[in-house]
Amino acid sequence: MKKKYSLKSFDTLPITAISFLTTEGNETGEWRSQRPVLDSEKCSRCGLCWMYCPDNAIQAEGGSFHISYKYCKGCGICAKECPQNAIVIEKEER
Amino acid sequence: MDRSAKIKFPIAEEELMYSGHTACPGCGAALALKYVLKGLGPRTIIVIPPSCVGVIGAGFPLSSLNIPVLRIPFESTAITASGIRAALDVMGKEDINVLAWAGDGGTFDIGLQALSGSAERNDDIIYVCYDNEGYMNTGIQRSSSTPAGAWTTTTPAPHVKDTPKKDIVRIMAAHNIPYIATASIGYPADLIKKVKKAKKIKGTKFILIFSPCPTGWRYSPDLTISIAKLATETGIFPLYEIEDEEKYILSSKKTEKPLRDYFALQGRFRNLSEENFQSLEKRVKKEREYLKRMAG
Amino acid sequence: MKEVISANQAVSYAVLAAKAQVIAAYPITPQSSIVEMLSGFCARGALNAKFINVESEHSAMAACMSASVAGARTFTATSSQGLALMHEVLHYASGLRLPIVMANVNRALASPFNLKADLTDSLSQRDTGWMQFYCESGQEAFDTIIQAYRIAERILLPVMVNMEGFILSHTYEIVDIPEQKDVDLFLPPCPPRECLDIDNPSMFGSTTDYYINFRYKMHQDMERAKAVCEEIGADFKKIFGRDYGLASSYLCEDADLILVTAGTIAGTCRVVADRARDRGLKVGVLRIRMARPFPGKQICEYLKTAKKIAVIDRDFSPGCGGIFAQEVKAALQGSASHTPVYEFIAGLGGKDVTDKDIEKIIEQTRNTPNPGDSTWIGLLK
Repeated sequence: MKKKYSLKSFDTLPITAISFLTTEGNETGEWRSQRPVLDSEKCSRCGLCWMYCPDNAIQAEGGSFHISYKYCKGCGICAKECPQNAIVIEKEER
Repeated sequence: MDRSAKIKFPIAEEELMYSGHTACPGCGAALALKYVLKGLGPRTIIVIPPSCVGVIGAGFPLSSLNIPVLRIPFESTAITASGIRAALDVMGKEDINVLAWAGDGGTFDIGLQALSGSAERNDDIIYVCYDNEGYMNTGIQRSSSTPAGAWTTTTPAPHVKDTPKKDIVRIMAAHNIPYIATASIGYPADLIKKVKKAKKIKGTKFILIFSPCPTGWRYSPDLTISIAKLATETGIFPLYEIEDEEKYILSSKKTEKPLRDYFALQGRFRNLSEENFQSLEKRVKKEREYLKRMAG
Repeated sequence: MKEVISANQAVSYAVLAAKAQVIAAYPITPQSSIVEMLSGFCARGALNAKFINVESEHSAMAACMSASVAGARTFTATSSQGLALMHEVLHYASGLRLPIVMANVNRALASPFNLKADLTDSLSQRDTGWMQFYCESGQEAFDTIIQAYRIAERILLPVMVNMEGFILSHTYEIVDIPEQKDVDLFLPPCPPRECLDIDNPSMFGSTTDYYINFRYKMHQDMERAKAVCEEIGADFKKIFGRDYGLASSYLCEDADLILVTAGTIAGTCRVVADRARDRGLKVGVLRIRMARPFPGKQICEYLKTAKKIAVIDRDFSPGCGGIFAQEVKAALQGSASHTPVYEFIAGLGGKDVTDKDIEKIIEQTRNTPNPGDSTWIGLLK
């Protein structure tokens, strides 16, 4: 991604709409009305939840999978597809 | 469960799509793009017309993709990919995938002419159509890919869509291109295998990816993968490849589950008449037999 | 080397000399021979370019657009219906700031159907952000294509080089085709610019609420283009000995009545102006060459001695009038001039504009105290 551009002023804009940042700063976790909770004891590390997440909100770290609540939109696909029923859906408390 | 069980990644690890994109929860299109990019790798340039993925790609100054992207006119997905390929060739830039990416609207309808042009010239591009069976980005209007019997905002009950889904695969087969495949987000490993196969072939490659849409098909977002799988398991979206114009390779997956199970999960089929259902069932049967014949 | 060729052929030779890299084109009378000839150059290996036989003009411009974002030097040619079909993509090309060069052979727009010279096709596209030039000879067509690449690649806006269908496109004249080494001296390979880059991925053409800012950048660069065009023209003159400027004036320095027009009508005007001078009338002719950006200040400067101005438009904007007339009037208003502008519509659909027609225009302008509505030349009684 281009580092030289910024939104600070007219002159630091590119010549046309050429994107220079990623969406990683966009916390789509704010959208949730329900959240998946992963029980690590039941998890067989099969990776299906990681594979089926449309938002790449399930990451592998330290030998296990973790749900990133920064990005998780609460669609529930992971819970539905988990063969171990290791993920349950809970209401999002706000 | 053994806590020390090792992590198995069922498909390639590298992500070329960032989190934070604005797809609906449970979006099939986002999954289609995620899988295809895993199959192609970072040496890929993508062109995207106005579409759900155009929006998912994000607005200035952001991008949700870690590859070069060009946003293009609605009709022009195939030809803009061809134009990039011509430029890369003449400038001597090799080993770069040129990915034409459009929905069913941009492929079956407004983009069909340009697609036919590129396919007839056998331009060296990979054309992927993510099929969510409607103009979803503009608010769930019908496309020629919408199945008969489906509600959309422009085919509201009782005048649900009454013509069958356009057979885009047969249209592409008539262009004599070296590789055509149907794939589904319900089967990511199979999808990626097909993408990798296409990557190695020179000429126009066409892949149709079944991409259920919770917002447009009216189902709870957690069912996206189940519905994708059911479409194949009931035979309404068969998985197959056409290599070198003549070789039909059918998926070995069973396709005999009752069709009603598929329709029952989706609100858009609430007004599916018995008459429509019967003709859909007939069509599925006919296609199953046709594919068996072609596979020899 | 001097050749007797048509303006269409001159354009093809110019694109060859400019070493275009991607050509995507669809045939349409009267431009087809441009792309046929280019296709021949590519086939014989004289031109190292990819030639894409697209299935429509909309695709032709889309292919040029994407090839240009990928970094290639591109070219296409079209007319009338084809240009109209490309309309949406013309906006993409300028909005993405691409140095595409296109030859447009001016032809009337249907309906009704007419294949002959009429400038409404390109003038209808005057809001698309493309620079526009109007030529009056095969030589000028050749030279302007070469200049167009250099201007486009400097300003980062696309350029449309216009010439009238059949009157220019199919007329054979002497054209001096320069040596390749001189063209290479004037026009180096495309300078580096922001392109689709595997090593530095970005998204081009994203949705944005900063839209107004990018439009202002386009505005600034369009304004800059006038001076850049003159600068590049001076360079061109140094190497090739020919200069055209933003407009070309003939006997305007002391003229009482100045005829203003674009394209080949100017040639006939100059003949008639000479005759008028012989009769003691101080007539001058101003040919507008660059229409976008519109060089209002320079045009007002050329027109400053005139007591009356007659604009001859080979084009028409229904509900408004001749397009060049409106632009000239707007420019004069900007310079606080009160010189009356007489509007004439002539030559639509390739109707011949003769010396007699222009003499009538001069006479009517002289004898009518106030301009009034536009006068249409050549209608049936």
